[in-house]
Amino acid sequence: MAAHEEDVETLVAEREYEAGFVTDLESDTVAPGLNEDVIRFISAKKSEPDWMLEWRLEAFRQWQQMPMPKWPHLHYAPIDFQKISYYSAPKSAKDKPKSLDEVDPKLLETYEKLGIPLREQEMLAGVEGAEYPSTSSNVAVDAVFDSVSVATTFKQKLADAGVIFCSISEAIQEYPELIRKHLGTVVPRGDNFFAGLNAAVFTDGSFVYIPEGVTCPMELSTYFRINAENTGQFERTLIVAEKGSHVSYLEGCTAPQRDENQLHAAVVELVAEDDAEIKYSTVQNWYPGDENGRGGIYNFVTKRGDCRGDRSKISWTQVETGSAITWKYPSCVLNGDDSVGEFYSVAVTRGMQQADTGTKMIHVGKNTKSTIIAKGISAARGEQSYRGLVKILPSAVNARNFTQCDSLLIGDKCGAHTFPYVESKNSTAKLEHEATTSKIGEDQMFYCQQRGLSEEDAVSLIVNGFCKDVFKELPMEFAVEAQKLLNVTLENAVG
Amino acid sequence: MISIKNLHAEVEGKPILRGIDLEIPDGEVHAIMGPNGSGKSTLASILAGREEYEITEGSVIYKDKELLELGADERACEGVFLGFQYPVEIPGVSNLYLLRAALNARRKYRGEPEIDAVDFMQMAQEKIAHVGMSMEMAKRGVNEDFSGGEKKRNEIFQMLMLEPSLAVLDETDSGLDIDALKVVSDGINRLRSPERSVVLVTHYKRLLEHCVPDRIHVLYQGRIVRSGGPELADTLEAEGYANLETDEAATAS
Ligand SMILES: Nc1ncnc2c1ncn2[C@@H]1O[C@H](COP(=O)(O)OP(=O)(O)OP(=O)(O)O)[C@@H](O)[C@H]1O
Ligand SMILES: [Mg+2]
Repeated sequence: MAAHEEDVETLVAEREYEAGFVTDLESDTVAPGLNEDVIRFISAKKSEPDWMLEWRLEAFRQWQQMPMPKWPHLHYAPIDFQKISYYSAPKSAKDKPKSLDEVDPKLLETYEKLGIPLREQEMLAGVEGAEYPSTSSNVAVDAVFDSVSVATTFKQKLADAGVIFCSISEAIQEYPELIRKHLGTVVPRGDNFFAGLNAAVFTDGSFVYIPEGVTCPMELSTYFRINAENTGQFERTLIVAEKGSHVSYLEGCTAPQRDENQLHAAVVELVAEDDAEIKYSTVQNWYPGDENGRGGIYNFVTKRGDCRGDRSKISWTQVETGSAITWKYPSCVLNGDDSVGEFYSVAVTRGMQQADTGTKMIHVGKNTKSTIIAKGISAARGEQSYRGLVKILPSAVNARNFTQCDSLLIGDKCGAHTFPYVESKNSTAKLEHEATTSKIGEDQMFYCQQRGLSEEDAVSLIVNGFCKDVFKELPMEFAVEAQKLLNVTLENAVG
Repeated sequence: MISIKNLHAEVEGKPILRGIDLEIPDGEVHAIMGPNGSGKSTLASILAGREEYEITEGSVIYKDKELLELGADERACEGVFLGFQYPVEIPGVSNLYLLRAALNARRKYRGEPEIDAVDFMQMAQEKIAHVGMSMEMAKRGVNEDFSGGEKKRNEIFQMLMLEPSLAVLDETDSGLDIDALKVVSDGINRLRSPERSVVLVTHYKRLLEHCVPDRIHVLYQGRIVRSGGPELADTLEAEGYANLETDEAATAS
């Protein structure tokens, strides 16, 4: 472990030296507002090649023509895109808390409850000199701080396997041909309003490339963190799995308390060639705002996987507990014959949180198969909508889908809405759909309490049981974390 | 063990228990019988701490403490166990998981460390054998897709695991086949000891033949109108509850 930490320090030092912008970082937050100059600034900051700048500018021009989407079940004040600052490098050491003593105690309490190790707490809270989460030996971490990836670990081990795992900015420099080949092929620039914005101003994110026939030797993990006030976060992630390769990718987020609404519009693109398999797991726990909904993160995410090759498989698993507003539909386009798409989701809304999530499964190839298991939990005044689209194109002979959406209500001021859409253009398709809505019953609560469980333990037991089908899809370590997170999230949810 | 004095309770302004007096000494088994709707389950639920009932009068002293002041979970940790007339299902939570959480809650209450995982499994294997259930069933969701009889066996399994001081079993014998009835009554007899007391709510004499009670009480319209020894079950079996109204008039006057 010690040797590894040294490597990391060297790596960081080297990168800063290489990039040569250490002293410039101080002034590296651009004034709020969005125009072509800002985009040129971002691109120049990152020393991007011309083709990248052109790609961004074209995205920006398209975006300017697009109306901001409206959804019936989300309510929020209009976002002023000219008030957001679109570039912010990491805060310098001297702005950072010197130790955990200087960090919001509320936040520490949450970390404590989540059982996050001290070193990792320091990282999440942005303590000076604590850039690295402690990592278990088979998890590689790419830490995205604000808008710039500071460094990447485990590179060597991955490089030996031929796996590329780096920041997307670095990939633009180092692997331009791969980026040019794949960027925007799954989520085109004009796909939707937030994806368009992201394409114009994305500042960082991760790039993963798994060569043909390789099974990635470790779980790949990114800790996202939002750090500077008033700064939109525009991550862009691209994962390419060549023929017969396998990769499991984890994305986890925790955010400090803050009072400014923050926009987050990430784009994730997955490409799976023949026989390739990508498993993408997310635990999302951004600041949801106070009980009146003030100060939470707005989370508008476009995640899409392209099962491009035959017999390829893409699986999304997500546990969503954070954000004031979540708008997110991880989707799969099943182009390859016999390809498989899966979506397992637990979404929790409490306080004034609003979530509009779901998935889209687009069946194009023959014998394509998709599974959707969505579990929604609403407590307090939380509002939640599940929106699922299963689309069977005429070419998709013998397509199959199984959808199950279950909602669990805690209390009677919250709501859950389910909107399953099915468009089938091929009569050989087999589609199954199940939906349930239940309340945590007084009978269940009393039964658990009669056995000795406290009210809180009873709620978490019942909720964890409800989510079991999704949790079992998460990698082991993540599943434990997710369960804890849910328990902490639902504390005081009843009574 | 427990002393119930002048207990009155109502739901939505409707009186259900109308002055219950009941003493159960340590080590005794008492049966409560009575017609449908007389308040047996209500009494059992109130002892276990169900909140939907309003206690308008009376007290319940359990092991020198006022039981009515404790929450349901505290009562459980103090050793009160309720065998439910209708055990609930908790999908996705295994029976073993619930039991372990329950045992650990007790230990935490007493300031003891959590139970060792191996010890727990050994204990579960030993006790489950007594009720004729398989470990496979114990790993399934709590009462999830269990038959009526299996649910009742499971209640007894839980009781044996949790080793309560006061077990209140609400019609645990209803809906059982002959073998299951034997399992349930054996389970109850296994628990019997000078330190433990049992309340059996039942409609049937046959359970009482397997587990002979020290006392039998008849509940009628929210009051105990008759008490007696085990032979009272025979009288009731022969006469039914027809004469109870006169009994009640007698106690009321
Ligand atoms: N939550 C409630 N709301 C309204 N009435 C209730 C409630 N709980 C019990 N009651 C009423 O109180 C009375 C006693 O019910 P209880 O379930 O205690 O009867 P019981 O003696 O257990 O009957 P059984 O032998 O059928 O199980 C019944 O009339 C019942 O309808
Ligand atoms: Mg009853």
